Amino acid sequence: MAARKTQAKPNVSADELKQYYRDMLLIRRFEEKAGQLYGMGLIGGFCHLYIGQEAVVVGLEAAAEEGDKRITTYRDHGHMLACGMDPKGVMAELTGREGGYSKGKGGSMHMFSRDKHFYGGHGIVGANVPLGAGLAFADKYLENGRVTFTYFGDGAANQGQVYETFNMAALWNLPVIFVIENNQYAMGTSQKRSTSTPEIHTRGEAFGIPGESVDGMDVLAVRDAGKKAVEHCRSGKGPYILEIKTYRYRGHSMSDPAKYRTREEVQKIREEKDAIEHVRDLLLQGKHATEDDLKAIDKEIKQIVNESADFAKESPEPALDELWTDIYADVAPQNA
Amino acid sequence: MATEILMPALSPTMEEGTLAKWLVKEGDEVKAGDILAEIETDKATMEFEAVDEGTIGKILIEEGTEGVKVNTAIAMLLDEGESADDLPEPSAAPKASSDDSEDAEKSAPAKAKSAAPAEDAPQPDRSPDWPEGTELRQQTVREALRDAMAEEMRNDSTVFVMGEEVAEYQGAYKITQGLLDEFGAKRVIDTPITEHGFAGIGVGASWGGLRPIVEFMTWNFAMQAIDQIINSAAKTLYMSGGQMGSPIVFRGPNGAAARVAAQHSQDYAAWYAQIPGLRVVMPYSASDAKGLLKTAIRDPNPVVFLENEILYGKSFDVPVMDDFTVPFGKARVWREGGDVTIVSFGIGMTYALEAAEKLAADGVEAEVIDLRTLRPIDYDTVLASVQKTNRCVTVEEGWPVGSIGNHISSVIMQRAFDYLDAPVVNVTGKDVPMPYAANLERHALTSVDEVIEAVNQVTYR
Repeated sequence: MAARKTQAKPNVSADELKQYYRDMLLIRRFEEKAGQLYGMGLIGGFCHLYIGQEAVVVGLEAAAEEGDKRITTYRDHGHMLACGMDPKGVMAELTGREGGYSKGKGGSMHMFSRDKHFYGGHGIVGANVPLGAGLAFADKYLENGRVTFTYFGDGAANQGQVYETFNMAALWNLPVIFVIENNQYAMGTSQKRSTSTPEIHTRGEAFGIPGESVDGMDVLAVRDAGKKAVEHCRSGKGPYILEIKTYRYRGHSMSDPAKYRTREEVQKIREEKDAIEHVRDLLLQGKHATEDDLKAIDKEIKQIVNESADFAKESPEPALDELWTDIYADVAPQNA
Repeated sequence: MATEILMPALSPTMEEGTLAKWLVKEGDEVKAGDILAEIETDKATMEFEAVDEGTIGKILIEEGTEGVKVNTAIAMLLDEGESADDLPEPSAAPKASSDDSEDAEKSAPAKAKSAAPAEDAPQPDRSPDWPEGTELRQQTVREALRDAMAEEMRNDSTVFVMGEEVAEYQGAYKITQGLLDEFGAKRVIDTPITEHGFAGIGVGASWGGLRPIVEFMTWNFAMQAIDQIINSAAKTLYMSGGQMGSPIVFRGPNGAAARVAAQHSQDYAAWYAQIPGLRVVMPYSASDAKGLLKTAIRDPNPVVFLENEILYGKSFDVPVMDDFTVPFGKARVWREGGDVTIVSFGIGMTYALEAAEKLAADGVEAEVIDLRTLRPIDYDTVLASVQKTNRCVTVEEGWPVGSIGNHISSVIMQRAFDYLDAPVVNVTGKDVPMPYAANLERHALTSVDEVIEAVNQVTYR
C-alpha cells in the first residue's frame, strides 16, 4: 500500500520512530479490543474509539515534558494510553470494574489520573476547554513552568465557551495549547455543513492567538508542531492553537452506523494516509527496523492488550458500598 | 484455533438484531477492518467489521435471520492451516456477562438511603457558635463577607477571587472592597463578562492546586455557568473514583433584590440543594455569613454560597475572634418557643423572625430555626423542635414547586408523623415570574402576614 510518498526525516532517531510506532499501535489494538468487548456486551453505554487519530496524541506526547498537563473530551482512551496510564486500569474502567481508574464509576468518558497529570475525560462537548485553561491558570499562578494540552474536536470548536476561553487565555497569557483534533465530522455533521470558515486554526486571530494547521496523519509533523507550541507557551507568550487534521475510521460512537460518509472515503484514507503504516514505512525504508523487529513489537502489543482485556473481565464489579463514596472529599486534593 | 464470530451489540440497549446481509462467504480470507456483514438494530443498519484475520470457515446464521441474540455465534473464523471440517459444534448463545443485578438488589439495603440520618431520635447540636463572654461588634453582612475572604487570603496563598468588577471597581455590591489594595491584581482578578468561561476556568484552577472564590455578580447570571458548576465541579470527584475534588466557592447575591423584574430575581436555593457533590450555604446574619464563608473557602468540595442583596447592608453582632468559623450542617435556633416551629433560611428569616415577634405579642410562642446550610441540612434540629411543638411552617422566597419547604415537610412526615397535630404549611414566593410593578412584586414575594396566617392555620386559630 503506502501510496503516500514517505521520506526519511533527519530529525528523528530509530528509537524514537520505533517508540511512536509502538505507542500508536498500542492505541489501535487497544481500541479494536474495546470495540470487540463492546460487541460482547462487556462494555456499555457510549464508547468513542480513537482509531485513525493515533498520531495526534502520540506526536504531542513526544513534545511534552514531565509535569505538563492534558485534558480532553470523551474520545479519550488514546490520550490516556499515550500519557502512560496503565491499559489494564483503562480497560477495567470501560468494563465498569473495581480495577478501573475511577473504580468503575466514571466509564469510558470520565477517567482521570493525577499521577500522569491527565485531567479527564469529559462528556460535555466544549466544557473541557475552560477547564484546561483553568489548569493553565493554576500553573501560571504557581509559576511552575508547566503547560496544558487542551484537546477538543472540530465540533466543540463551535461552542461559545471555547471563545470565552480564547479571550481570557490570551488576555491573561495562559500557558495552554488548544489542540483541535479536526476529524472532519461532528458526530454525523461534516465540517462543511457546520462551520462557516473551514480553517479552524485561524479562529484565534481575533484574540491574538497564533494558530497553525498540521497534518495529523504524520506523527513527526505533529510532534514538531507540538514542540513549537510548547516552546511558545513555556516562554510566557500565552496560548497557541494547533488544528490537527485527522480522521476517525470508526463511527462517532459504537452505535453510529456512519451513513453520512461513504465507505470509499474511509477506505481511501486508511490505504493512503494511515499514520501507523506511515511510520512502519519509515522504519523499513530507512532500515531502522526489520519485518521481524516489527512483528516482535506487534506481538508485545497484542499481549499487553490481551492482558488488559483479561484484567478488565476478571476485576470484580465495584462493591455496592462504592455507590455512596467519593461524593464529598474530606481533605483537599494534593497540589498537582 | 478457530474463533467464533459473535453477534455484536451495536448500541447501548441492543439485545438482538437482524443479520441483514453477509458481505463475505465461506472460504473468504478476511483481515481486521474488513466489513463482514450488515446488521440491523432497532435504530439503524450497521456494518460489522472483522477484528481478527483468518478465513471464514462456516456461516452459522443465514442472512435475513431476525431476532439474533447478542453474543450468538454467527460464523467461525479459521486460523492459518485449519479446515472447516475440523470445526467443533458452536457453543450456545452465552448468557449476558457479569449480569448479577438481581443478586445486587438482594444484597442491597432494604430501604434506599435517604438524606435523613438513620437514628429515630433526633440529636441536635445546640452548642453556641462562640464562647459566652466573647466580645461582639456590629458589622454588616457585606463587611463580614469581605473580612472572611481577606482572612482566608491572608492564611492561604492559593486562595484568590475572580469575577466581574471584583477588583478595580471594588465589587458591584462592594463585597470585595479593599481586597485589590491588600492582595494585588494576581489574586483579585477582574474577568470579562463571561460567566460560563470563568466558572470553568475556576474549576480547572481548583484541580490545578488553587482555591478559587468565583463571584457571580448575581446568581441569575450563573445560569450561564450552571453546566460547569454541576457537571464539572460537583460530579468530578465521584466520576474520578475520589481523585479529583474541586475546592472552589461560587458566591454572589441570590433571589429577589427590588424592582429588577423576572430575569434578575430568582432564588436558586432549591435548584442547587438538589445536587449531590455540592455544599449549599444560604446565610442570614453577618456572623453566619462570615463563619460559613470561611468554612466554605477551607472546604475541599465545591460550595454554592447564596447571599442576598437586601441583607448586605443589615447589621448584626459578630464575635471578635482570631478565627471564627461556623460548621456546615448545623442549624441555628434564633428563638425558642413551644407552640409552633418556623423553619427558614436566608432572607426568609426576616419574615420568620418578625412574624414570631408579632405572634408572641398575641400569645403564640414560635421556635424559629435558621437552616443556614441547605446541603447538608440539619434535620435533627428541625425534628427535635417539631416533636416539641407538633406544628411546623416553612418560609422561603423561592417558588413553591419542589421547594426546600416541600422537602422539609416530607422529612417531617416520614420521621415525625405521629408528632404532628396539623399538616406542615410551606410559605413560599408565588408561582409566577417576578413582576416589575411595585405592588405586584410585593405580592409575588412572601410576607410577614402570610407567615402569621400559616401559623394560625397550623395552630387552628
